[in-house]
Amino acid sequence: MENHLLSIVTFLPVFGALVIAFIPKEKLDLIRWGAAAITGIQLILAIWILGIFDFSIPGVQLQEHYAWIPSFNIEYFLGIDGLSAPMVLLTALLSFLAVFTSWNIDKAQKGYFALFLLLDAGMMGVFTSLDFFLFYIFWEVMLLPMYFLIGIWGGPQREYAAIKFFLYTLFGSVLLLLGMLALYFISEPHTFNMLILAEQSSEFGKTLLLGMNAGKVIFILLFVGFAIKVPIFPFHTWLPLAHVEAPTAISVILAGVLLKMGTYGFLRISFPILKDAALWFALPMAILGLINVIYGAMAALAQRDLKKMVAYSSVSHMGFVLIGMAALTPAGMNGAVFQMFNHGTISAMLFMLVGVVYDRAHHRDIDGFGGIAKVVPIYAGVTAMAFFAGLGLPGFSGFISEALCFIGAFPVFTWITIFATLGIVLNAAYFLWAYQRIFLGELNPKYEKLEEINNRELFALIPLAVITFFLGVYPTPMLNLMSSSLNHLVEVVRTAGMAAGL
Amino acid sequence: MNLNQVMTDLSYFLPELILTGIILLVIIFDLFQKAETSIRTGFLAVGGLALVAIALLGQDTSLSVGIFSNMLAVDGFGKFLKILVTLGAILVMWMSFNSNELKNRRVGEYYILILVLTLGMYFLVSATHLLSIYMALEMVSIMSYLLSGYLKEQMRSNESSVKYVVFGAFSSGILLYGFSLLYGLTGSANIFEIQAALASGAVSPVLMLLILVMILVGFGYKIAAVPFHFWTPDVYEGAPAPITAFLSVSPKAAGFAIIIRFFNVAFSDGGNPNMEVWDSLQNLDWQVLVGALSVLSMTVGNVIALQQSNIKRMLAYSSIAHAGYMLLGIVVANQTGIAAVLYYASVYMFMNLGAFFVAIHVKNAFDTETIEDYKSLGYKAPLLGVLMTIFMFSLTGLPPTGGFVAKFYLFRSLIEFGDLYFYLALIGLINGVISLYYYMRVVKAMYFGKMELQEQTHTAPLNVTILLIVLAAPLLFAWMLGDPLSHLAQNAVSFFVN
Repeated sequence: MENHLLSIVTFLPVFGALVIAFIPKEKLDLIRWGAAAITGIQLILAIWILGIFDFSIPGVQLQEHYAWIPSFNIEYFLGIDGLSAPMVLLTALLSFLAVFTSWNIDKAQKGYFALFLLLDAGMMGVFTSLDFFLFYIFWEVMLLPMYFLIGIWGGPQREYAAIKFFLYTLFGSVLLLLGMLALYFISEPHTFNMLILAEQSSEFGKTLLLGMNAGKVIFILLFVGFAIKVPIFPFHTWLPLAHVEAPTAISVILAGVLLKMGTYGFLRISFPILKDAALWFALPMAILGLINVIYGAMAALAQRDLKKMVAYSSVSHMGFVLIGMAALTPAGMNGAVFQMFNHGTISAMLFMLVGVVYDRAHHRDIDGFGGIAKVVPIYAGVTAMAFFAGLGLPGFSGFISEALCFIGAFPVFTWITIFATLGIVLNAAYFLWAYQRIFLGELNPKYEKLEEINNRELFALIPLAVITFFLGVYPTPMLNLMSSSLNHLVEVVRTAGMAAGL
Repeated sequence: MNLNQVMTDLSYFLPELILTGIILLVIIFDLFQKAETSIRTGFLAVGGLALVAIALLGQDTSLSVGIFSNMLAVDGFGKFLKILVTLGAILVMWMSFNSNELKNRRVGEYYILILVLTLGMYFLVSATHLLSIYMALEMVSIMSYLLSGYLKEQMRSNESSVKYVVFGAFSSGILLYGFSLLYGLTGSANIFEIQAALASGAVSPVLMLLILVMILVGFGYKIAAVPFHFWTPDVYEGAPAPITAFLSVSPKAAGFAIIIRFFNVAFSDGGNPNMEVWDSLQNLDWQVLVGALSVLSMTVGNVIALQQSNIKRMLAYSSIAHAGYMLLGIVVANQTGIAAVLYYASVYMFMNLGAFFVAIHVKNAFDTETIEDYKSLGYKAPLLGVLMTIFMFSLTGLPPTGGFVAKFYLFRSLIEFGDLYFYLALIGLINGVISLYYYMRVVKAMYFGKMELQEQTHTAPLNVTILLIVLAAPLLFAWMLGDPLSHLAQNAVSFFVN
């Protein structure tokens, strides 16, 4: 079974979706618990995978390698390394918890959970596949359930949000496809195997495409494709809308996992395969990261809708990831991937908490509350913790990863880093200001009878809170998990850059 | 030519002979049917086509001969397309049995005309002589005119037929003029001899360009490429829906076949299978012209489809866009490009017939062709909704459907060769993004919006459901399991060359 562990963890949700499709729709509890069971098993498998994963080795482990469409040299190739392992864990964890956040879905539950599981499979596939074609299939397959999940179960503007999300991401995918095919034809023999493509890295810089350096052209194509997913300014406009309109659990998945796919794509594909171009583009990427940090925070500061504020905070937080990875130093790289994981857990908490209050008050207007900490002390306490984690308070995991990003980036992009630290202050400003307006001060008489957070909601939140706190105090296990792969990545990119005289 | 030669040629001509026999048999059979029982003619026609399909499958794939003094070619390329158009005809007849438009009227001729049209397509995909090309083209066209006007008492159907005739006559006139020039200048009407004459530089480039444009008008009209597409929406909207579905796949595939054969055999050194890229003769850049048609078709088709509210018109414009995608493969002019076109045409047949058949069924059951009226269909008829969604995703070209793989092969063949094609691929892919918007309008109508009822209230008849599943299943699974169709398509790129 260990030989096929990654296939099982990827395709288990597909199996689950099929099973759910055959449960009569009246048996609601069976459907919900079925989805919880499938994602629960997936989580256990993911933990098992981490258990047998040897983190001292930088290379790819648990490989599964078969010919799939031989005439085009397309392979079924799965494997994980220190970069994908945290993402696999994150996906399994958030999928499991998001099932409980979805408990209140009030229409067509069967379709919802079936699509949710398909989404889960697509995400898992993206993080486990090492053949570019396979990666692309999973990348796209994920869009379809997402479109329905936003479009059917979302808020008032859901139709517009769904199609906008779909059009944006499909446009990105199209560029990805072009870049992928260009890589395929330049490589010799033609292949989609990411590891072989990475070995042939130097070829791409020597070839011409459209009269320019092929490596750079392809890098830009892939960059736009991934940037839309991250999202990097100015490709971010789909995000606030999609986040606000999506049901809570889907916002959790969007922020927690989908945004990571963009940065994961950079680190899995762009950086190792197009090493020279990655160095060439490092500065623009850091600048874009800075814009993300500042712009996202400013926009968050201006929001009246709590969910939109959290959505923009994601834009800001992903900016730190970009700065960290653009620096191409071991500290920056580890910080970036660690920040990806942490943002996954923290933003998931934030969106869940927004969902909790929205379910009760039916609005999310930050100014429409006031003093509710007196009525719902537990909720206020959990939210305070999540907000502190979000603003990067020491003692929470976000602080460690942001600090690592800065430490890594400072020697390379000194001024950018200095300005980016400003983002931390802005982050603190909007989180604290929002907290103050919602929870402190005079109690708004409308909410005297506001219901306290219930056990099911706490059940979804507490594991995330514990992880955030634990990794904030003792980040070593997570850093150990990824560091050997990431340090290796930094090293090969740097060496290639030196060879090319950059 | 002696008698023995004719007898040998006839043995290669067996599927066509069987089909001719079946047509005669069906005509006679129909004489004995009353209007109420005339549907039996249709059953007999389907059975006959199945028999022809078996004869075709039995034909040796490696066969590559010219028959009747090189009027027609029997080769792998022709065989693939003959099977494809036959399959299309069978599926369309199957759906025609369920069509309300054809209820309560005499339908014998309807099925006979489809059979004759199929025979015409057999000739078209194997024609290698200007005369046989022209005659086959007319045979296909005239049957199409008749079929699109089949609903005699409906104004729309009449309009459809008349428009089709007028445009058809005009463009085949231009085609004929081009042919006559070509014949006059090269001294032969056989495309192999034309190729030889062109290769020796017998014709001045300016005249060649003129001829080329004329021929492109004639062929472009058949595949509904922009700017020769003006007939398409009205004809598609007015014709009986199964015929619309048929016109958008089978005759179109046959039209592509003749374009491929004509350009790659007559206008380039495509005869040599060892060449990676086939060079065009006399620096005649027919690829540029075809590329321009392709870009125009994709863009115009997609942009106008965005504004359609009638599903048949939407699919009509989208079929123009799909013709544009397929033309991309011809531009590349090599083995992989043409294999990609064949693959695309096959997948397109499945997905487009599927979409049309759902539309026909909805028209039967709910009497509407407006996309807005598909509201809540996904809840009223869950299976129908899922199947339509698969067809829409496939037409958009999203994984994990066959439509994606078809596009993937096309763009793969483009990117393999050079920078100009890279831009074409980019334009094609961005067009795919545009098409997402209008295909998703159908999905949106079916699922989004207010959910009025959660209960299933409508079930399609079993045979329609089976038909739709037969069309959807290969789209989802065929390519995942090692993609047998791509092997067939690759092997089918073998032309008879004299």
